[in-house]
Amino acid sequence: MSQVIFSVDRGGAGSEPEDEMTLNMGPHHPSTHGVLRFVISTDGEIIRKAVPDVGYLHRSIEKIGERCTYSGFMPYTDRVDYIAAMFANEAWASACEKLMGIEVPKRAQYLRVISCELNRIGSHMIALGAMAMDVGAVTPFPWALREREYINDFIEELCGARLTFNYHRIGGVSFDLPAGWADKVKRWLDRFEPIMVEFDRLISLNDIFIKRLANVAVVTAEEAKDWGLVGPNLRASGVKWDLRKEDGYSVYPELDFDVPVGRGRYGAVGDCWDRFYVRVEECRESAKILRQALDKIDEHPEDDLLGKLPKKMRPDGEAYARIESARGDMGCYVIGRGAEEAYRARFRTGSFTAMAMIEAKSPGLFLADLVALIASFDVVAPEIDR
Amino acid sequence: MTPEEIFQALQAKLGEDAVFDLHPVSAKDRDAWFQVAPEKILTVCHHLREAPELDFDYLECITGVDYPDLKKIVVVYHIYSYAKKRRIVLKAFLDRESPAMPTLVDVWSAANWQERECFDLLGVRFEGHPDLRRLLLPDDWEGHPLRKDWQEKADYHGIPTQRPNPVELFKIKLPKKDAEAS
Repeated sequence: MSQVIFSVDRGGAGSEPEDEMTLNMGPHHPSTHGVLRFVISTDGEIIRKAVPDVGYLHRSIEKIGERCTYSGFMPYTDRVDYIAAMFANEAWASACEKLMGIEVPKRAQYLRVISCELNRIGSHMIALGAMAMDVGAVTPFPWALREREYINDFIEELCGARLTFNYHRIGGVSFDLPAGWADKVKRWLDRFEPIMVEFDRLISLNDIFIKRLANVAVVTAEEAKDWGLVGPNLRASGVKWDLRKEDGYSVYPELDFDVPVGRGRYGAVGDCWDRFYVRVEECRESAKILRQALDKIDEHPEDDLLGKLPKKMRPDGEAYARIESARGDMGCYVIGRGAEEAYRARFRTGSFTAMAMIEAKSPGLFLADLVALIASFDVVAPEIDR
Repeated sequence: MTPEEIFQALQAKLGEDAVFDLHPVSAKDRDAWFQVAPEKILTVCHHLREAPELDFDYLECITGVDYPDLKKIVVVYHIYSYAKKRRIVLKAFLDRESPAMPTLVDVWSAANWQERECFDLLGVRFEGHPDLRRLLLPDDWEGHPLRKDWQEKADYHGIPTQRPNPVELFKIKLPKKDAEAS
């Protein structure tokens, strides 16, 4: 967080040129997806430099992690990313499992995949709706939110919470599927898949929308790798890389799905429209995964939800685990030194690195396109600040 | 190439004082790691990125860890190669009194904010960093909270940082049993 509010000392020696203006955007601007602030120097409508100012939602999750027991930290991980909380749960659980060498039962792994993919659709729905709204189309947002509401209801039925789930456990998950739940989700999927086709007609393939986003803020594959972009943002730049495929963690190798990448259909590869459409396609792939996982979960015995845990969780050592969250590669690095609390708990999140890129990417953009760029990166403020 | 082979190749190329102390995968270290001399990190990382057989193009994560008992602050680098699908972990041990090391911004742009975060929360100075300011905490914050000996102040600009436990506040005071008896 920076104390600089405005620096409009014009004409002085060494100050900004005559025709430049410093503009403050945020921290409560509606398109900043949480509490974010930008200090922008502009020349008319064109940005010379946009400096992000983050930290408003910093809660020092990593320090909290050093003070809680390993399993006691799980509810806090929800707060790393409140739109897609399931993934931070999974990252923490996988890191601890890797550290202590715990095996997760198959059924629990399927439950993790199901809960995560539902959450991924929910998170992408917010991203897509909010992005459309940020560039001026209001209708898609309630459409997307309506579908997300079903997902929230499903997850509430599964674990009792709508946003901060605390569903995964070290070694497994906390609850099995409620009776009739799988059929309900499948019925919803029957409805959801045609809705995604409608969503294309409504917004993704809309002429005005394409003209607004195509060729805006193009991120090349080289830039994306260099700046450490991950997940949909990286794939939109044409890099076919998804941890679910590359690492094949959990039961993803048993499931059949594609990894959508940006193809530059209406402009250069890696423009804002590509980043939008990669998420649309990922929703379809997640629906595909869900159908398979809901079928395959029956092959594994019920109530086999927790692996064999050590009597006392006092590991000595370190491990780094990665999972593919809705915002890409989420890493969790945990160091234990024989105590009940972790010695160090670190989260590496996709929004943080995406946000770091904006300062370098912004010069030359129109002010209105900055909003499109932020929205297309799908940054979530608590994931940046943690 | 396994991390061990990468380690040997680095030693052969850059000398045994550039990288040393290899820890292979074990029950303790779930990812293999090795130490890198802080003053040589730029050479090592340039080589990791540029050498075609290594091609490490993705800096995943920079973590700072404070070890007061060793009098060290350790900066851990997790690095990945998209082309070769390999990962390595480097650790740089810095003096805890004045932790400083060269920046890697010229090698991977992704280092920019991660180093700023490490500076902010642990006080590691990355020399040559273009914009080494606090990132998450306010500019006038004192101290580095992820250090083990950091003590929270009672207030920040008159805003109290502690509050009474609400459970304590609303606890119903029961009459003393002794008083009842007598």
